[in-house]
Amino acid sequence: MEAQAIFDMLKGKFGDAVVELQGEGFSPAFVVVAPAEVNAVARFLRDDAALSFDSLMCLSGVDYKEKFAVAYHLHSMKHRHAIGLKTMLPRENPSLPTVDDVWPAANFHEREAFDLFGIAFVGSKDLRRILLPEDWEGHPLRKDYKYPDFYHGIKV
Amino acid sequence: MSPDPAHGTPPGTPAASAGPAVSAPEAHVMVGNADLFVNWSRKSSLWYLLFATACCGIELMQAGASRYDMDRFGAVFRATPRQSDLMLVAGTITHKMAERVKRLYDQMPEPKYVIAMGSCANTGGPFYKDSYCVVKGVDLLIPVDVYIPGCPPRPEALIDGILRLQKIIMKKKNYGVKA
Repeated sequence: MEAQAIFDMLKGKFGDAVVELQGEGFSPAFVVVAPAEVNAVARFLRDDAALSFDSLMCLSGVDYKEKFAVAYHLHSMKHRHAIGLKTMLPRENPSLPTVDDVWPAANFHEREAFDLFGIAFVGSKDLRRILLPEDWEGHPLRKDYKYPDFYHGIKV
Repeated sequence: MSPDPAHGTPPGTPAASAGPAVSAPEAHVMVGNADLFVNWSRKSSLWYLLFATACCGIELMQAGASRYDMDRFGAVFRATPRQSDLMLVAGTITHKMAERVKRLYDQMPEPKYVIAMGSCANTGGPFYKDSYCVVKGVDLLIPVDVYIPGCPPRPEALIDGILRLQKIIMKKKNYGVKA
């Protein structure tokens, strides 16, 4: 199914929660959705017979300086088509519903986005730091991150 | 005991019929330098801790395998710090790993030596600038005897590092007067 058809289908189902289609220069095209509806949209994309996006290929955090985003890359093994899902978050206390009950693979990716960007995934099964030590302060992939001088007495 | 006709009797050996010998040929006395002996023993069995955290570990493995065969120099790998004399830090050390490196070093029995292998273990290497998670050289954690440059070093370089460490060990004074 083409990106425009998928976008129209989502627009018909979720209305204003589906904001826009970013088609130019993106492969796959990205559907931008409101953060509150991410879980419902994800579940629809997986369960609908014509879409059946059964594979979450990647989930990444993005820092656009004035805002954050979370991008989802989806692929359907059955129909061999792909689509991107993107949601914009405010700079202050970014949080959105988890999708690890839709695709269990999301958990590690959400933990990474939480670890490095400080994006909170509400309702996650297990939201802990995944790469950095538990007692690390701050989220290093944020553009305004300030490096600590020392960690446990070792120069950083 | 009859003398062996093929080899004959060594010169200076008293005849069997001459009674008890004043000094039997079996009685050997070795006079030497105790430091030399101890250091020679230590350098000839440098068992290293199999400890690889990045791509240098691949070079370390093939340096230990049959083609380069560090066993020729008495260096064989051990899977536990309790049996190791040498810690070969092969690879990038992150701040999360730093604590474990220090603990493994502390678990090794004295005397112990450390070789920092490759750019990451020497200085942080490609992660020296703008990395929040990589330790900028393993010498911030533990004392290092030999640094081997390279990214990663070839097995020849690693063997050169082992030979240099052996030279360092041969110069150690174990029984001298402590200052």
